Amino acid sequence: MPDLTKTAEETPAQAPVAAAAKPEKARSLGSDAWHDLRRKPIFVISALLILLLIVIAVAPGLFTSVDPRAGDLREHFHTPPNYSHFFEGDWFGYDGQGRSIYARVIYGARASVVVGICVTVGTTILGGIFGMLAGYFGGWIDTIISRVTDIFFGIPLLLGSLVILNAFTSRTIWSVVFALITLGWTQMTRVMRGSVITVKQADFVTAAKALGAGTGRIMFKHILPNAIAPVIVVATISLGGYIALEATLSFLGIGLQDPTISWGIDINSAQKLIRTAPFALFFPAGMLSITVLAFIMLGDAVRDALDPKLR
Amino acid sequence: MAENILEVKDLVKHYPLTQGVLFKKQVGAVKAVDGISFELKKGETLGIVGESGCGKSTLAKVLMNLERATSGQVLFKGEDISQLSGGALKAVRRNIQMVFQDPYTSLNPRMTVGDIIGEPFEIHPEVAPKGDRRKAVQDLLDVVGLNPEYINRYPHQFSGGQRQRIGIARGLALKPEIIICDEPVSALDVSVQAQVINLLEQLQGEFGLSYMFIAHDLSIVRHISDRVGVMYLGKMVEIGSDEQIYDNATHPYTQALLSAVPVPDPTARESRERIILSGDIPSPANPPSGCRFRTRCWKAQERCSEEIPLLAIPTTLEGPAAHESACHFPEVRESAAA
Repeated sequence: MPDLTKTAEETPAQAPVAAAAKPEKARSLGSDAWHDLRRKPIFVISALLILLLIVIAVAPGLFTSVDPRAGDLREHFHTPPNYSHFFEGDWFGYDGQGRSIYARVIYGARASVVVGICVTVGTTILGGIFGMLAGYFGGWIDTIISRVTDIFFGIPLLLGSLVILNAFTSRTIWSVVFALITLGWTQMTRVMRGSVITVKQADFVTAAKALGAGTGRIMFKHILPNAIAPVIVVATISLGGYIALEATLSFLGIGLQDPTISWGIDINSAQKLIRTAPFALFFPAGMLSITVLAFIMLGDAVRDALDPKLR
Repeated sequence: MAENILEVKDLVKHYPLTQGVLFKKQVGAVKAVDGISFELKKGETLGIVGESGCGKSTLAKVLMNLERATSGQVLFKGEDISQLSGGALKAVRRNIQMVFQDPYTSLNPRMTVGDIIGEPFEIHPEVAPKGDRRKAVQDLLDVVGLNPEYINRYPHQFSGGQRQRIGIARGLALKPEIIICDEPVSALDVSVQAQVINLLEQLQGEFGLSYMFIAHDLSIVRHISDRVGVMYLGKMVEIGSDEQIYDNATHPYTQALLSAVPVPDPTARESRERIILSGDIPSPANPPSGCRFRTRCWKAQERCSEEIPLLAIPTTLEGPAAHESACHFPEVRESAAA
């Protein structure tokens, strides 16, 4: 008959760790992820680019003293770029209305960054709330939220925002943000719902219930911190997409309007003269591509760092 | 004789099987736990064994009120707790706690050890005043044999055995009288299993705990339990002291289960006889009529399919063989008593 007491001489379980007697600094998964991220060139490059972009958006005056709306047709109509003048008004040349393209590229960052960040934050909060409710409570709450999500998901993002924005007589950044949040929250809801359903079944949630924890505590202390990682990843990646979408809408003439400065508007006005003045198209389009790329790279790096399967 | 701290009477848990999208029609039920009665005495350890899918874990969940019982009673010190809710349920939770099977998923990876063990105090603030909580958590770490300095660490910085100790400390925090252990060591290495089992036994002596110990490892159950219950397909088939069950099993299922225990003695391997059951465990949604074990039993007769055997002490047997067994033809199998 197997006798456990013979094999059960208590070896101190903490022996391997006890050797490191000095108090060790606690490391959460979040700080582990940060530790990983700092060593990734892709993360460093994209983070620096995004930081630069945010500085440009907040204080465009630091980068140029030229008024982006002042045009001088007689002097500057389609003047080609002068690459010897760094950070001057004529660095990137002048557009069809004699306005400095460099100044417009700098001032155009604000619309893109504001739309991108506001839409991402808005969809994450909305989608997070709906996804949490649907995933946690299930039943008819889940049925209603999921069906409404399906309905909104069926509306093509571009077509839907064309329709919504058409209803505004004067469109500002905030009307674009409103339109994109209205249509964009569905993806976040789905990601959050799936993630909550997975976490909800974990033993530590059962353990909290067995201790008598209330719904609020279980949701915010146990489920949310463990379910949020995929949502953050999708949010970071989709941020670039929303910036591109804002430019697309502005390009189509249904997004932002003059006098708001947006890369999409500039790309639109430059495309008519692409043969005579390709630089007028190249710079705003290039900035847009770099911005979108930076956010997508950041999202990739964050996903790698937060994915527990790679850990 | 010690008093009964927990009494389970005819406990039933059925999961409905429904059909239809809008108007759900019940077409059947998975009978996970189907009429189980037993009692747990103060300070004793009751082992529950049975193969996968026999309803052991469901039984634990129903006792913990994590799942509502379909019918039956769970009496804690004479009070039925199976239908409680709200504040009354929260108060009862202080007395019955649970240790989980998998130490890797039962601890929230985003919380420090201090937060995990301190959470019971936050939920039940009356147990430890706010200022004393840190001290209380460190005391608990000490009790389960972990360094109290580890309070700020995260679960992923610990090994499986250490994590299970953290889980036990969390279960102990509210000073419960009953701890339900749902396969607390089956996810651990054998050497670590022994440590955790010894810790559980030591804590039982220290705090006067009553354990309900669910496992599928028969030798561990024998080691820790005072009494053992054997489950098959949602029913308790045999229950008795460890000597009665291990050396004088009268139910054929228990005998088959015991014959499958590996014996660490190569010479004895030849002499012992293994009972090989044919077929699989039937679906709990559609259990056999009469005795649930009859489809795999070598003793099954006409009577077994017509009449459900009751869990009772057989009148035909005497001595240690006379303990509760749900079989129409109970007898001690000589070669089974190794």
